[in-house]
Amino acid sequence: MKKIAISARGISASIGNASILQGIDLDLPAGRWTSVVGPNGAGKSTLLKVLAGVLRAGRAGRVEGEVRLNGTLLNHLPGRERARQMAWLGQNEETSADELTAYDAAMLGRLPHQPWMAPPSAADHAAVEQALRTTQAWDWRHRPLSQLSGGERQRVLLARALAVQAPVLLMDEPLVNLDPPHQADWLHTVRALIAAGGTVVSVLHEVTLALQADAMVVVAGGRVLHHGDCGDAATHAVLEAVFDHRIRVRQLDGQWLALPRIEAAAGAAAAATALRPTGPKGD
Amino acid sequence: MPLPAPDAARPAAAAPAAAAAAAPAATHRAGWLAVGLLVASALLMLLGASVGSTGFDSVLRMAHDPVALQIVWDIRLPRTAGAWLAGALLGLAGAVAQGLFRNPLADPYLLGSASGAALGGALAMAFFGVSPTAAQWLARVGVTGMAFLGATGAVLLTLALARGVQHTLRLLLAGVIVGVVLGAARDLVELASPDILQAMQAFTLGSTSFVGWVACALMAAAWALSAGAAWALARALDGLTLGEATAASLGLPLGPMRAGLVAAMALATGTAVAQTGLIAFVGLAAPHLVRSIARVTHQRHVLLSSLMGATLLLAADILARWALAPQELPVGVLTAALGGSYLLWLMHRRSVQGGAL
Repeated sequence: MKKIAISARGISASIGNASILQGIDLDLPAGRWTSVVGPNGAGKSTLLKVLAGVLRAGRAGRVEGEVRLNGTLLNHLPGRERARQMAWLGQNEETSADELTAYDAAMLGRLPHQPWMAPPSAADHAAVEQALRTTQAWDWRHRPLSQLSGGERQRVLLARALAVQAPVLLMDEPLVNLDPPHQADWLHTVRALIAAGGTVVSVLHEVTLALQADAMVVVAGGRVLHHGDCGDAATHAVLEAVFDHRIRVRQLDGQWLALPRIEAAAGAAAAATALRPTGPKGD
Repeated sequence: MPLPAPDAARPAAAAPAAAAAAAPAATHRAGWLAVGLLVASALLMLLGASVGSTGFDSVLRMAHDPVALQIVWDIRLPRTAGAWLAGALLGLAGAVAQGLFRNPLADPYLLGSASGAALGGALAMAFFGVSPTAAQWLARVGVTGMAFLGATGAVLLTLALARGVQHTLRLLLAGVIVGVVLGAARDLVELASPDILQAMQAFTLGSTSFVGWVACALMAAAWALSAGAAWALARALDGLTLGEATAASLGLPLGPMRAGLVAAMALATGTAVAQTGLIAFVGLAAPHLVRSIARVTHQRHVLLSSLMGATLLLAADILARWALAPQELPVGVLTAALGGSYLLWLMHRRSVQGGAL
């Protein structure tokens, strides 16, 4: 049986009065790339935050259930140890890092590895250089984030997450603002991480890119509708259904693609609306 | 587990070279800035010792004239050192506040903590019958302690009203409201005990004229404590620039670190306010000036901002003493006028650049 990297049991989350996640059970195997897809407001980002241990019960929200990382309850894991084992890249996080250079921003990914108040070690510098080269941000490492475009900024944030060199990497919309060559680079990077035995979980809006993963988790209305291999016909069927049959999954040159279905009958869309959750936006 | 990158991972031997390359102009500029500020401080200290109502003569005559010596040693030097130290405390508090609340407009005044410190000081004077001119250790420590409590309380009140730090506008509004309400409370305390009115007036205007060696020693001790805390917890400020959740994902214990930083900020603000009264805008301007010269991580940034604040306030204090000599301006009036103009210019520049505050 495959080793389980992240295991979640009975995850429920609510923010204010709105219920975002409703009793999710999930086992994500180690050494695989799993993509999480679903309509807007399905709870994908919240799910990823709970798995990353970033979202906990607080004033504004309530989180129930337990998450285990390599068999250990997240709550029992010291913060730094968890941060070394699992890196998380957020979506649209409000940053105030405008003054930091790309290099300093990526170096923040090394915080879990640095002893209290110690300056960065040679290993830290090497990890940051490698991460910045991987996302092709090395050439402008001395520029402050305020002078970067959206895509360049995203590549720096991606490098920050890679610099942690954690065996488990969770990414929420990592491809936002990236142009096609850098999207392809990202796929290549993820494949390299998996080949080295790492585990990657990504939330992606681009269904075609999500279909490049090993496995897919389809989320809607705060529940997991399906968890299966990306090549499975069953996965494709659920995928088409969850997006109101407005997409079709087809194969081309050995890759699965999701194509928009323009002639979709209005009736089908109306019928499928019942499936679609009406939760608050901002998953 | 080391993970490979698509580009072949560079051998570890290349790391020192990378480290050297990673120490770019910014670090050198930070070094030069620190040296420049220290030199400027030293020159201003000398200038501060020679400016005053009896003029430069006192310095020349102090070798054989005991009165001149007393003027220089007991009046000019402590208030010069006091202005420097108060500026250092305010610059430090401003840099910590801006990093902690991820808000370029955060400042001990806009967050209401200075008003809280002034209220604490007023309460101490009203109840214990001490005046800011009192030089006794106990009285100074009492007023400083109350100012510290007032500053802490005001920051917590502002945070509670703003329901967290995420919303810039709400945080600033809450800070302004807390500042006004606590200012009104201070007025009430003053009215209820008229004998502190005169002492409080110098206090509200902001002045270094009552600073003696005891106050200097207190401020130096508070600076050592709060700068040490800020230095040790600067990692949290760096992590927070990427957002709260990312900082949490990096394993930083945000709760205790935040509490430590708020305490450092309140101690710095409270001590400065208790000795020199309300001196506005130094804490706001110093970190901005440092950022415009050298972009460094927070560990260096808080110390540079502290040095910058010290130099600024000392320069302003000398200007205030010299401009209308033998009369003098309260330095708080001068920094409010200069700092207010700077804030307006900052807002203008930001709106021209299209950035939101």
